[in-house]
Amino acid sequence: MSEKLSADSRCEQTGDEKQDTQEKETVIPERAEEAKLKAKYPNLGQKPGGSDFLMKRLQKGQKYFDSGDYNMAKAKMKNKQLPTTGPDNNLVTGDHIPTPQDLPPRKSSLVTSKLAGLWNARSQLIMHVKYGLRVA
Amino acid sequence: MAFPDSDIISTVEFNHTGELLATGDKGGRVVIFQREQESKNQPHRRGEYNVYSTFQSHEPEFDYLKSLEIEEKINKIRWLPQQNAAYFLLSTNDKTVKLWKVSERDKRPEGYNLKDEDGRLRDPSMITMLRVPVLRPMDLMVEATPRRVFANAHTYHINSISVNSDYETYMSADDLRINLWNFEITNQSFNIVDIKPANMEELTEVITAAEFHPHHCNTFVYSSSKGTIRLCDMRASALCDRHSKFFEEPEDPSNRSFFSEIISSISDVKFSHSGRYIMTRDYLTVKVWDLNMENRPIETYQVHDYLRSKLCSLYENDCIFDKFECVWNGSDSVIMTGSYNNFFRMFDRNTKRDVTLEASRENSKPRAILKPRKVCVGGKRRKDEISVDSLDFSKKILHTAWHPSENIIAVAATNNLYIFQDKVN
Repeated sequence: MSEKLSADSRCEQTGDEKQDTQEKETVIPERAEEAKLKAKYPNLGQKPGGSDFLMKRLQKGQKYFDSGDYNMAKAKMKNKQLPTTGPDNNLVTGDHIPTPQDLPPRKSSLVTSKLAGLWNARSQLIMHVKYGLRVA
Repeated sequence: MAFPDSDIISTVEFNHTGELLATGDKGGRVVIFQREQESKNQPHRRGEYNVYSTFQSHEPEFDYLKSLEIEEKINKIRWLPQQNAAYFLLSTNDKTVKLWKVSERDKRPEGYNLKDEDGRLRDPSMITMLRVPVLRPMDLMVEATPRRVFANAHTYHINSISVNSDYETYMSADDLRINLWNFEITNQSFNIVDIKPANMEELTEVITAAEFHPHHCNTFVYSSSKGTIRLCDMRASALCDRHSKFFEEPEDPSNRSFFSEIISSISDVKFSHSGRYIMTRDYLTVKVWDLNMENRPIETYQVHDYLRSKLCSLYENDCIFDKFECVWNGSDSVIMTGSYNNFFRMFDRNTKRDVTLEASRENSKPRAILKPRKVCVGGKRRKDEISVDSLDFSKKILHTAWHPSENIIAVAATNNLYIFQDKVN
């Protein structure tokens, strides 16, 4: 047991030992970084690791107003421009409301991963390299 | 070189024998590699991995009720132990877990009565003879079929799945809840952990990872965003909100900063193969805990301590939220985890030696020895060293895997997969 505890102190590097100098406040790197951050964003919340981060994490995923909004966004992503060309576009000014034929076809389920294709072609993508670390 | 986001590898996992290696990507696809049988004719090609099967596991979905997009990205793959000729694996995205069967077909029936060899139906009135179809050999075909879909059980995003040692059940964990499933039952799951507060304003921590004990089917652990680990015993009560053990390292108050809680968030937890230890990964370190000692880890390894003076910019570019995984080797003597600039680190627990290696095409030739890398923190930079400011933070190694018994590792570097084997003398 004691062997393991001393091993622990050998593993820790100098980051924490730095605080043993007289000027504790200025030497800890995180505090200096925190000061930098607060200088840039003075309104940074009081609860750093608290609810704001967690809420953001729980709500990960782009939210859309409704499914029509979602499909519009998908169409825009594919076409890279507003789909304004076409003879039947005398209805609107501004964004064209997509009709079924305007929406790009749904991504095929059989799009193969490039990883598999490249691997088979024996490109330089993957190698078998031997490392010299002597492990048990 | 530009590549689509969908090619980014999001999980890597060897199966229990190491014969198969599965990868999942952001596009919802799974690619399985199989190790070549060793042959005496080509000893230098000892056990290389070839593509065995590839399939689309998950598709993007839209949750109409919440107007939210559900990503098809595969968060985790876990293999079941092999019980017959077919292979089974679990793959999950944010919301749905699927059980896939991967099986080989090397024979097909030929000589049907009612259809031609190419499948067209024959006119029944033209058939004058009865023949019995026979099985004839065909080119090996590997097919993947979804056998179970475990859906609609998670309000929040699934971060972990873990197969129980009883091989009958498994668990899936999201930010606030953990559910227990039976492989045969898809329309019900049992909730075993629920940390959702009655008032969401009081939310202080989320579940970040969970895993079953490798041998004790009643025991599991889960880690939190506050840097703690809870061990639970399913025999103690049906709902395991009360832990049996609580692992937390006391914080040095003089070290506290704005970043303390963020960098203490545990991104991965793994039992050792022996079941005696757990390993946790937080932003800057890897820690090994003895199950019998809750008040501090027995070993702490610095992965990239030089980042401590970069936390401000790492917070601004969101890298401080990167979730690195960690793995044990087969004998629990070496642990490995990834870092930035396509570096990954290995720590030998016995000799206390550690090494930094790089997964990149430019610096590696086939069958060459990987050269150890070094990051220089300040002052004079030696010729082969790289300075902290030159590190490429977009090249992160989040996912690695270690063969269960041999020194073979798989390293996912964004959209590339590297497989390294130990030097054979």
